[in-house]
Amino acid sequence: MKWGVVRFPGSLDDGDSLYAIAEVMGQDARMLWHKDESLGGVECVLLPGGFSYGDYLRTGAIARFSPIMKSVAKFAADGGLVLGICNGFQILCEAHLLPGALTRNRSLSFICERVWLRVENASTPFTRAAKQGELLRLPIKHGEGLYVAPEDELRQMEERGQVILRYVDAGGRESDDANPNGSMRAIAGVANERFNVFGLMPHPEHAVEPMLGGVDGLKIFQSIAGGAR
Amino acid sequence: MQVRVFVTPRKGILDPQGRAVESSLQSLGFKNVSGVKVGKYILLEVQARTASEARDEAKKMCEALLANPVIEDYRFEVDGE
Repeated sequence: MKWGVVRFPGSLDDGDSLYAIAEVMGQDARMLWHKDESLGGVECVLLPGGFSYGDYLRTGAIARFSPIMKSVAKFAADGGLVLGICNGFQILCEAHLLPGALTRNRSLSFICERVWLRVENASTPFTRAAKQGELLRLPIKHGEGLYVAPEDELRQMEERGQVILRYVDAGGRESDDANPNGSMRAIAGVANERFNVFGLMPHPEHAVEPMLGGVDGLKIFQSIAGGAR
Repeated sequence: MQVRVFVTPRKGILDPQGRAVESSLQSLGFKNVSGVKVGKYILLEVQARTASEARDEAKKMCEALLANPVIEDYRFEVDGE
């Protein structure tokens, strides 16, 4: 499968994402430049974490207007797979490719820790290598990860299965303590209605080798890569 | 023409900054304060012949970029109005 990782000014996890896909997964992956308009024929576009455009105005608000985002929007409209991690998730929300928005953590602090996540929908192209209800251990590192959407939209998203990942405790239960940033309904990752665009705050690319403290992130990359076989 | 844009967290959206500022003010003894919200104040110089033209432009800018309607409300003032 051919992957493209978009590098924006201020991207941070572009290199680690490329490493996870190319070195660990052994897939064909290339860096894409934010000023490019061509996606170079890739089959999955990854928008990485970081602080694109210094998080000016709102996280992801400026990156959304990068030349490449027009192509990403068209690619998504044609059914192409788009994965947004952390700042990539924020960009996808700002670009209206995903519902909702991400705002300042409830604690007002930047959070850097490992969390437990429950796979709420394992029948998507991004989660099919996981089991329904499986728990994943992934790192988070963000200041603005509180997921917000209007209540009626959240209800519809739940009904359609668009809530893909939720913050839980080690036993798989939801609780206020297990919700690191105060996200509505403890939402950590969502998909669009067509399930070809997925955004999540946790970092699967930072959990792909035992040396990094875990390999649960591979489940996401394997799900996507498996679909191309 | 100067346009002053005020962007604030939407009603019903958790505003942890506003809450932290409110509790700090109260702990300083300002017991009469409530409903604190922290937002943004954006100043723009807009080339326009009339205030109403500047107003139309400002509305478009707010909707396209300056505010995110999922989480923020906006209002603005135009010089000469």
